[in-house]
Amino acid sequence: MREISFIEAVREAQAEALISDDRVFIMGQEIGSYGGVFRATQDFVRRFGEHRVRDMPIAEQSMLGAGVGAAVMGMRPIVEVMFMDFVACGMDAIVNHAAKMRYMSGDQLRAPMVIRTQGGSGTHHGSQHSQTLESWFLHVPGLAVVVPSVPQDVKGLFKTSVELEHPVLFVEHRALYRTTGPVTDPVAPIPLGQGVVRRRGDDVTVAAVGKSVHQALAAALEMEEEGISVEVIDLRTLVPMDVELVLESLSHTHRLVVAHEAVERGGWAGELVSRVVAEGFDELDAPPLRAGSKATPIPFARELEAAMISDERLIARRVRESLDLAEHSA
Amino acid sequence: MTEGAGLISPVTSPPVHDRGGGSPERGGELHGLNDAQLLDIFKTMYTIRRFEVTMERSHQAGDLYGPFHSSMGQEAIPAGVCAALRADDVVASTHRGHGHAIAKGAELGPVCAELWGKATGYCGGKGGSMHIVSTEHGFIGQSPIIGGSGLLATGAALSFDLKGDSRVAVAFLGDGAVGQGVFHETLNLAAIWRLPAVFVVENNGYAHSFRADQMQLNPDIASRADGYGIPGVVVDGIDVFSVYGAAAAAVERARAGDGPTLIEAKCYRWRGHNLGDAEHLYRERSEVEEARRSDPLHRFRQAVSGRLEPAALAEIEAAVDREIDDAARFAAESPFADPQTALEGSF
Ligand SMILES: Cc1ncc(C[n+]2csc(CCOP(=O)(O)OP(=O)(O)O)c2C)c(N)n1
Ligand SMILES: [Mg+2]
Repeated sequence: MREISFIEAVREAQAEALISDDRVFIMGQEIGSYGGVFRATQDFVRRFGEHRVRDMPIAEQSMLGAGVGAAVMGMRPIVEVMFMDFVACGMDAIVNHAAKMRYMSGDQLRAPMVIRTQGGSGTHHGSQHSQTLESWFLHVPGLAVVVPSVPQDVKGLFKTSVELEHPVLFVEHRALYRTTGPVTDPVAPIPLGQGVVRRRGDDVTVAAVGKSVHQALAAALEMEEEGISVEVIDLRTLVPMDVELVLESLSHTHRLVVAHEAVERGGWAGELVSRVVAEGFDELDAPPLRAGSKATPIPFARELEAAMISDERLIARRVRESLDLAEHSA
Repeated sequence: MTEGAGLISPVTSPPVHDRGGGSPERGGELHGLNDAQLLDIFKTMYTIRRFEVTMERSHQAGDLYGPFHSSMGQEAIPAGVCAALRADDVVASTHRGHGHAIAKGAELGPVCAELWGKATGYCGGKGGSMHIVSTEHGFIGQSPIIGGSGLLATGAALSFDLKGDSRVAVAFLGDGAVGQGVFHETLNLAAIWRLPAVFVVENNGYAHSFRADQMQLNPDIASRADGYGIPGVVVDGIDVFSVYGAAAAAVERARAGDGPTLIEAKCYRWRGHNLGDAEHLYRERSEVEEARRSDPLHRFRQAVSGRLEPAALAEIEAAVDREIDDAARFAAESPFADPQTALEGSF
C-alpha cells in the first residue's frame, strides 16, 4: 500500500473532489498561488484554475456566507478556515445560515458545503491560534462534524462529506499533518457515524478522535507493560456519533475514558458519557471519565501549555483512575 | 506627500512601489520638534530595528519559538505615532506588534522574556509574541485575529468618552484588515460617536502573499474614510516626520472631541510574512532589495543632517545596543514560566 502523509491525504482528497465534480470549488486565504499555509492546496491553481481555487481577502464571514449562497444554488463549496479559532469570525454563516437552510426552507434549500479547518496545540501559536473547538458545533443541529486521525480516513471521510446534502465541518489537527499512514487506491468512501476499533483490549475503553486517538494508543502501549489492557476506539465523526460501537466495547471492558484535546468542561466527551450512561448504565463497573484540557485559554509558553493540555499522560492517568489504581483528580 | 495643514485632506496616494527614492526634502520641516524629541524618535526607531534583528536571530538559537512577525522596515510608523501620544494614551496592535509595544514605552527585558516564554515576560509567558500587553505603558494588547485591534481601541476610546477623560486610543492595523467586515463597522461606530480614536493602517504592501491591490479594487485605503465622513490621510510610512505630522493632527482632533481619523502609512514589509514564509512564491528578491533602499533610519538621518551631530546618533546606537544585550541577558537569566501559573488567571 502507498504510504502518504496526512496533509497529502487532505490535498489528494480535495483534488479528487475537484476532478470528479465540477460543482466543487474552494475558497480560502492563501490557498491559491501560495498553495495554502499548510500546503493543503499546493499546485491547485495550476491544475484547476483560479476560478475554482479562489483566494480570499481576510474575511471569514464572507467566505463562509458566500459559500452558503453558492451551495444553495447547487455548487459544492469547500471553504478553508486557516485556523479553527477564526471560525468565530464566521460563526453566523455556519450556525444561523448553513446549518439551518434545509430545515427552515422545508427542504427547498440545501447547503452542501465542506468547511475545512485545522487547529490544536503544540506549535506555540498562543491563545487565539491553538484552540480545539469542534465541541461547539455538536450543539447546532444541521451540521456534521468530522475529525479524522489517519490519511486513509481523511480521504474516505472527505469523499463522503463533499457528496452529502448538508454542511460538514471537517476538522484537522495540525500536529498530524506530517504523520503518515497507508492508503488504498482508490479509497472507498467512509460513511459518517462509523467508528473503528484501533486497538483491542479488555480492561478499559478509551474513545477519542483525531490526535487524541494517537495519544490514546501511545498510552495503551505504555500501560500494556503494567499489565493494563486498553481498547481504543476512534469515533472518526462526532455528528453523527457511533455510540453503538462504544457500548459494544463496554460490554467486555465495562470501563470508559473519553479523551479529547478540547477543554474538558462542556466538551463533546460529556455528550458521549451521558449517552453511555443512559443507554448502557448496566454495563458500567466504574464512572466514565473524561480526559480533556483544563479550563484555561491555551498559553504560549511550552511549560504552561504542558500543564493544561490533555495528553497521553492524562489519558493514562484517567485509565488508572477508572481501574481504581489512582485517585480521581480534576 | 503633504505636510502640516494639508494633512487632513483627501490625498491621492502613489502606488506602493513608487516612493520617489528618498530625497532629503521629503520629510519637510521637522514639525518644531526639539533636539531631545528628535533623539527620542531616533532611539525608538533604532531600538525596534535592533530588537527585531536580535529576536529573529534568537530563533536560530532556540530561545524564541512559535510564530514571529518582524516589523523591520516599518519602524517609522510606531515611532512617529507614539511620539504624538501622551503616556496615558493607549495603543492596540496586531500580530506584527513588537515595534508598537516598544514605541509605547514597554521595556525591552520583559518584552524579550515574553517572546521567550519566560516567567518575567509581561504576561508571564502566557501571551508570547502575538499577545504582549503592558497596561502600565498604555499598551492594551495585540489582536492576531485580523481586524480586532480596531474595536479594542474604539472601545477604549468609548470609555474615555464616557468618563470624560482627555485620553486618546490608537489602533494599528494591517492593510489586510481592510478586508474584514469589522474594519468598516469599527470606522462607522467611531465616526458617529466622534470617539477619540486614531486608526493607523500600516500598508506594508502585503497581507501575507497578497498585494493590497490584489484584494481591493480601490487600493487607496485612506480614501475609505470618505465613506464614514471622517478624514483620511496618506503618509509616507518611511518618513517618520510625515507620520508624526499626521498623527499629531489626528490626535489633536481626537482629543478635541472632533472624532477619529484614518491614517494610511505606506511602507514595505522587509521580511517574510513570518519566519519560514515561502516568500519566493510571491515576490522577487530584487523587489525586496529595491524597497529596502528606502530605509526609515536612513531617511531620518538625511532629514536631521545639519541639525543633529552624527556623534549624538552614534551614542544612541551604542546605548541601545547595550540595552538590547541587557534585555537578552535578563530574559536568558529569567526562569521559564512556572507551570503552576498555567491554571491561574482565568477564573
Ligand atoms: C481573522 C483572521 N484571519 C486570518 C488570519 C491569518 N493571517 C495572519 S496575518 C495575515 C495577513 C495580515 O496582513 P496585514 O493585515 O496586511 O498585516 P501584516 O501581516 O502585513 O502586518 C493573515 C491572513 C488571522 N490571523 N486572523
Ligand atoms: Mg500588510
